[in-house]
Amino acid sequence: MSAPSPFVFEFLIPLGKIVAVLFYPLVMVIVMIWLERRVVALIQGRLGPNRVGFEGVLQPIADAVKIIFKEDIVQRQADRFLFNIAPALVMFSSLLAFCFIPLGEPIRIGAYELTLWVAQSPVGLLFVLGMSAISVFGVIFGGWASNSKYPLMGALRSVIQVLIYEIPIGLTVLTVVFLARSVDLVEIVRAQLAGKVWYGLLMPVSAVVFWISGVAETNRAPFDLPEAESELVAGYHTEYSGFKFAFFYIADYAHMVLVSSLVVILFFGGWLPPFANVPALAFLHKVPGFLWYLAKIMFFLYLYVWIRGTLPRYRFDELIKLAWKWLIPLSLANFLAVVVLKYVL
Amino acid sequence: MSFKDLELNMGPQHPSTHGVLRLKVKIDNEVILSIEPVVGYLHRGMEKLWESLTYPQIMPYTDRLDYIGAVANNFAYALAVEKLAGIEVPKRAQYIRVVLAELMRISSHLAWIGFQANDIGAVSVLLYGFEDREDYLDIFEAYAGGRLTINALRLGGLPFDLDADLIARIRATLAGLPRRLREIETLLDENRIWKHRTQGVGCISAAEAVDYGLTGPCLRAAGIPWDIRKDIPYSSYEDFEFDVPTSDRSDVYGRYQVRMREIRQSARIVTQALDRLPAGEVLAKVPRVLKIPAGEVFHTTEAPKGELGFYIKSNGTDKPERIKMKSPSFINLQSLPLMCRGGIFSDIVGILGSLDIVLGEIDK
Repeated sequence: MSAPSPFVFEFLIPLGKIVAVLFYPLVMVIVMIWLERRVVALIQGRLGPNRVGFEGVLQPIADAVKIIFKEDIVQRQADRFLFNIAPALVMFSSLLAFCFIPLGEPIRIGAYELTLWVAQSPVGLLFVLGMSAISVFGVIFGGWASNSKYPLMGALRSVIQVLIYEIPIGLTVLTVVFLARSVDLVEIVRAQLAGKVWYGLLMPVSAVVFWISGVAETNRAPFDLPEAESELVAGYHTEYSGFKFAFFYIADYAHMVLVSSLVVILFFGGWLPPFANVPALAFLHKVPGFLWYLAKIMFFLYLYVWIRGTLPRYRFDELIKLAWKWLIPLSLANFLAVVVLKYVL
Repeated sequence: MSFKDLELNMGPQHPSTHGVLRLKVKIDNEVILSIEPVVGYLHRGMEKLWESLTYPQIMPYTDRLDYIGAVANNFAYALAVEKLAGIEVPKRAQYIRVVLAELMRISSHLAWIGFQANDIGAVSVLLYGFEDREDYLDIFEAYAGGRLTINALRLGGLPFDLDADLIARIRATLAGLPRRLREIETLLDENRIWKHRTQGVGCISAAEAVDYGLTGPCLRAAGIPWDIRKDIPYSSYEDFEFDVPTSDRSDVYGRYQVRMREIRQSARIVTQALDRLPAGEVLAKVPRVLKIPAGEVFHTTEAPKGELGFYIKSNGTDKPERIKMKSPSFINLQSLPLMCRGGIFSDIVGILGSLDIVLGEIDK
């Protein structure tokens, strides 16, 4: 048997990975939608979807099929161009960020090294954060192009919220970058292995502030003001229907998966098993890193659902107060403390 | 489109206007400049309709006024007609009416907790409130067959007696009540976000509350212990021992506290009524064709939403000449602009919810 041609290595495998990057978030979205509906239902003493497939796992697919066949309505007063590209922009930016998310250490197959990421960049972290910030443009366009009052208010809320919560995210990410001495997501995980401890345990304040800001940035309860149903009907996607609405919906969930992935990679050792450096627990390395990674992000996705099932919604001024009075000073002080301690020790 | 002076139309189709209420809201970014409730989208011409019906025929229509607390409407109407016609209701019937009315109050308040929490974003509490309310609807179903609009009373008494099974069931349901209420209170009472959203929101002073004719839990939350069950007792309410919960907060949180305590007081009244249930008939002798001599009457009761009164003018026939109802939701709603002054857009839903309005009663 001859070795596969370069065509396989240089074209087919990267192509396969790109397809995988398109599908992996979508599969996670389906899992997440099912998880959310089931878990919230159980929290609320209901059953939730349990008919389509095993325990209702296929319900999101049934919903997707339904939504494809819905009429696609574009309001007469809408700005057609922006109205149409807004959902695509949101979806595109969420999915593109996944290219830089590493799922594990490279796997050796003979002489070939299969990397579990599509692209590795020395500035991968910046790219992911940038992409997740771009998705807010889709929200602005969607809200503005609808030319309707509720979507516009939802979009404005969303913009202000994302802009404010970028600051604590930036400041907490800075502490990680400072310790890992790299902005490369793969290197950050490796640094946690070399440093013998997850950064989340080393800097719990960073991890908590990052998580809270991440929840706010994904517009999820208790920070779901842009789509607050009881106030703004459906926020920025009020006027959307059919598959364009589905794009917003899927992108929302993909964004959650992205933020969970970032938390796991930055603070909880990515694909590393717990206590990766303890020799007595070396058998944990037998489990593929990818599974550790999945288990960890599932925990954070579950946390999203749990929070939503428990807490009421913030009011707009309280939301801003929380950021300016607590999270930003806290993350600044935290950054200072990390720098000073690192210098002293 | 300018955000300095944006006119926003909330409703009649909106997720949290509790029916078909329309609010004309003027906002400056998120700050409310003015708010004007527009009612009438559910107008069914009830009061006019009643003029062409006989007195007993009107009873089922009253169920459709405040459909969250149907028995309270039956109760108020029946009391007004009985007062006008001089019908003496048997003691046992009076007690059972109190039991039904108080169970209805509990169920109405539980539904309110759910709606209110949902408006503020605590979706789970909606389901908890409704799950608890389900038990009370089951009791009504066992009693009269209906769950929501149950036509539970008759002029002169009740259609059915309470049997031992049902009494045991009511007692069992009430025994579980404190635990269910604590569950909800654990989620909300000390919740920072809940407090942010409710404390200092929708304030109204005691004097303003009286000027605006506010009644029911909203008035008591402003610190005025006015409860018709206590101050002008009817249907043997004077026999029972209960407190009138008040609060000095006079904001949304105060109204929440008052309603939670009222649920417990209602349970207390029901327990006492069941303990001392007198024996005897449940339906007075009422002529088949009830002709009431010319006259007029106004009778008022404490419904879950506030003071519910019926004014009836009779002309000697079997049909009323005019009926006018004083519906608590309608009168409480007019204080909404006052409560919203200087508030933030998100507060509207919380304040509107705290008034506990039902559009069936507002538009009649």
